[in-house]
Amino acid sequence: MVHIDLKQVARLARLHLTEAEMKLLEPQLGQILSFVESLKEVKVEGVEPTSHPLSLSNVFREDQPHVKAVEPERIQAFIKNSPASRGSFFEVPKIIEDKS
Amino acid sequence: MNLSQKTAFELAESCRAGKCSSEDILKDLARAIEAKDSSIKAYVRFDAKKSLRRTVSKEAPLYGVPIAIKDNICVENEAITCGSKILQNFVSPYNATVIERLLDAGAVIFGRTNMDEFAFGSSCETSFYGPTRNPHDLGRVPGGSSGGSAACVAAQTAIAALGSDTGGSIRQPASLCGVVGIKPTYGRVSRYGLIAFASSLDQIGPLTRDVRDSALLLKVLAGGDPRDSTSANVPVPDYLSFLGKDIKGMKIGIPKEYFKKEGLSPAVEKAVRQEAAQVLEKQGARCEEVSLPHTAFAIGVYYIVAPSEASSNLARFDGVRFGWRHPSTGNLLELYEKTRGEGFGSEAKRRIILGTYSLSSGYYDAYYLRAMKVRTRIKQDFDEVFKKVNVILTPTSPTPAFKLGEKATNPLEMYLSDIYTISANLAGIPAISVPCGAEVRDGKSLPIGLQFMAKPFDEGKLFQIAHAFEGTRI
Repeated sequence: MVHIDLKQVARLARLHLTEAEMKLLEPQLGQILSFVESLKEVKVEGVEPTSHPLSLSNVFREDQPHVKAVEPERIQAFIKNSPASRGSFFEVPKIIEDKS
Repeated sequence: MNLSQKTAFELAESCRAGKCSSEDILKDLARAIEAKDSSIKAYVRFDAKKSLRRTVSKEAPLYGVPIAIKDNICVENEAITCGSKILQNFVSPYNATVIERLLDAGAVIFGRTNMDEFAFGSSCETSFYGPTRNPHDLGRVPGGSSGGSAACVAAQTAIAALGSDTGGSIRQPASLCGVVGIKPTYGRVSRYGLIAFASSLDQIGPLTRDVRDSALLLKVLAGGDPRDSTSANVPVPDYLSFLGKDIKGMKIGIPKEYFKKEGLSPAVEKAVRQEAAQVLEKQGARCEEVSLPHTAFAIGVYYIVAPSEASSNLARFDGVRFGWRHPSTGNLLELYEKTRGEGFGSEAKRRIILGTYSLSSGYYDAYYLRAMKVRTRIKQDFDEVFKKVNVILTPTSPTPAFKLGEKATNPLEMYLSDIYTISANLAGIPAISVPCGAEVRDGKSLPIGLQFMAKPFDEGKLFQIAHAFEGTRI
C-alpha cells in the first residue's frame, strides 16, 4: 500500500487535520493511490499530456477595468463577503512580528 | 391540471398564449414543494415570492418558465453555499453568464438545489446541509453531485433545473431519478459564475423531464462568452430542429469494455444492451460493437486530475475574503489551517489532500503528469471510435439508486459508481442520460438510465437519437 506523509501534505494544503481524521484518511488514501497505480500499465512513451480537452489558445483583450466593477457600492458588495473587514480592506491577524 | 406537472416547452407556450402566468406556475410549485420537499430535501433555499425575472418579449424561448438552480451557480445578491459550511453567509456579487442567459430568455430564477459539498460526490450525502433523498424511494440517494436538481425535476417540484457535471454529476443523478440530463461539450456553455471544482472538466447543463426541454434549455445556455476564455466560439445550432428527424442509417457503437465490469446490474445491462439497442435498430439505426481499450484507466486518471485541480481551485477558501472564518485568534497560518480544517467536510478534505499530494514535488511526474498522458490515450480511443460510428451507447450508472449510507464509508467504492460517465469529461465530449427502464428493488421501482455520447459539439445528434428513443417509450 502507498504511504503518504499526511502531516507534511496537510501542511502544504494549509489544512488542519485532527489525529482521528488522519487515522481515517491514511488507509483510505492508500487504497485510492494503490488503485491509481494501475496507470503504470499504460504505455505513455512519446504521448503528449492532455491538460485540456480542447485545443485552446490564449484569448487577448485590452486590460481595461469593467466600469461597474470599480463603483464604490460594487466594491462594498465584495468586501461585505469577508468575515472581517475595515473600510475597503480585508482584515487579517498581524503578519509582521514586533522587533524585540 | 397542476402546472408543476408540465414541461418547460408547454408552459412557455401557455404563458405566451395567456393561458397561465409565471405566478400561477410558481404557486403550484410552492404547493408541491410544501407537500413533498420536507421528505426529499431537494432544495437548500426556496422562496416563491423572491423569484427573479426580466421584462422580455413573448417570443422569448423560456417565457415565464421557472428554473431551479444548483447551489454552485452565482445569482446576484443571493446566498450561495456550494453545500459547504465554508461559504456560509456568502452573497454572490454578480450573475453567472448562464443566469443572464436564462433571464434574457424569459425564465424565472427561483430555488437553489442541494448538492454534494463543492460537487464532490455521487450521492448528495456530503452536503453540509444534509442529504437529499430519491423521490422514487426515500431510503435511497438521488445520485450526485447535482442530486437536488435531479430530485426536484423528478418529484415535479421544479419544471427544470441547472446542474454541473465534472465526472457525471448531471447524468448519474438524472439516471438515478429518471430524468433527462446532458453534459455539453467542454467549452459549449460558459462557466463564468460557476464555483470551480476541476477547471479542465466542469460543464454546466440542464436537467429536464424530457429531451425536448433539454434541447430547448441548451439552446439558451450554449455559446461563447468573453468572460470565460475556455468557452468555445462555435455556432449554436437550433437544437429543437434535430427532434423528430429519423435515425435511419445512424451508426451506434456499443463499447464492449462497458459491459464486462463487475458490479453492473443484470437489469441495467439488459435494459441498455438488449432492449434499447433493439428499439433503436427497429428504427433503422445500426448497432455495432466497438472498443475503447483504455476505459479501465478512466477512474484512476480522474481521481488524480480532478482532485489536483480541485486542491488548487479551493486554495481561495482561506477565511480572509469570503465565507466562514474560524473564531480562534492566532496567527495568519493558524487562521488558514483552522478555517479550512473546520470549514471543509471530510470528502473535500480527502480530495484536497489527494490533489496536493499528486501535485507535490517528487510525486508530480508519477501521478499528475502520468495521468494527463493516459488522459490523452482515453481521448484517442474516442477519436478512433467516432471515425466509425455517430454515437456511443452505454449505461449511465452500473446500478439503480443505492441506499443512503451504503457507500458513504468507502470512498473508492463511491468513486467506482462514476465508471461510465467520467470518460466523457476527460475527453471533453458531450453525453446525455435518458430514462430507459426500471429495476424493482425492495418492492420499489427504481429508474435506469442510458447514456449516448457523441463527438465534440455534436449535441444535435444526441438530441436526435435521444428523442427518437424517448418516443418509443411514451
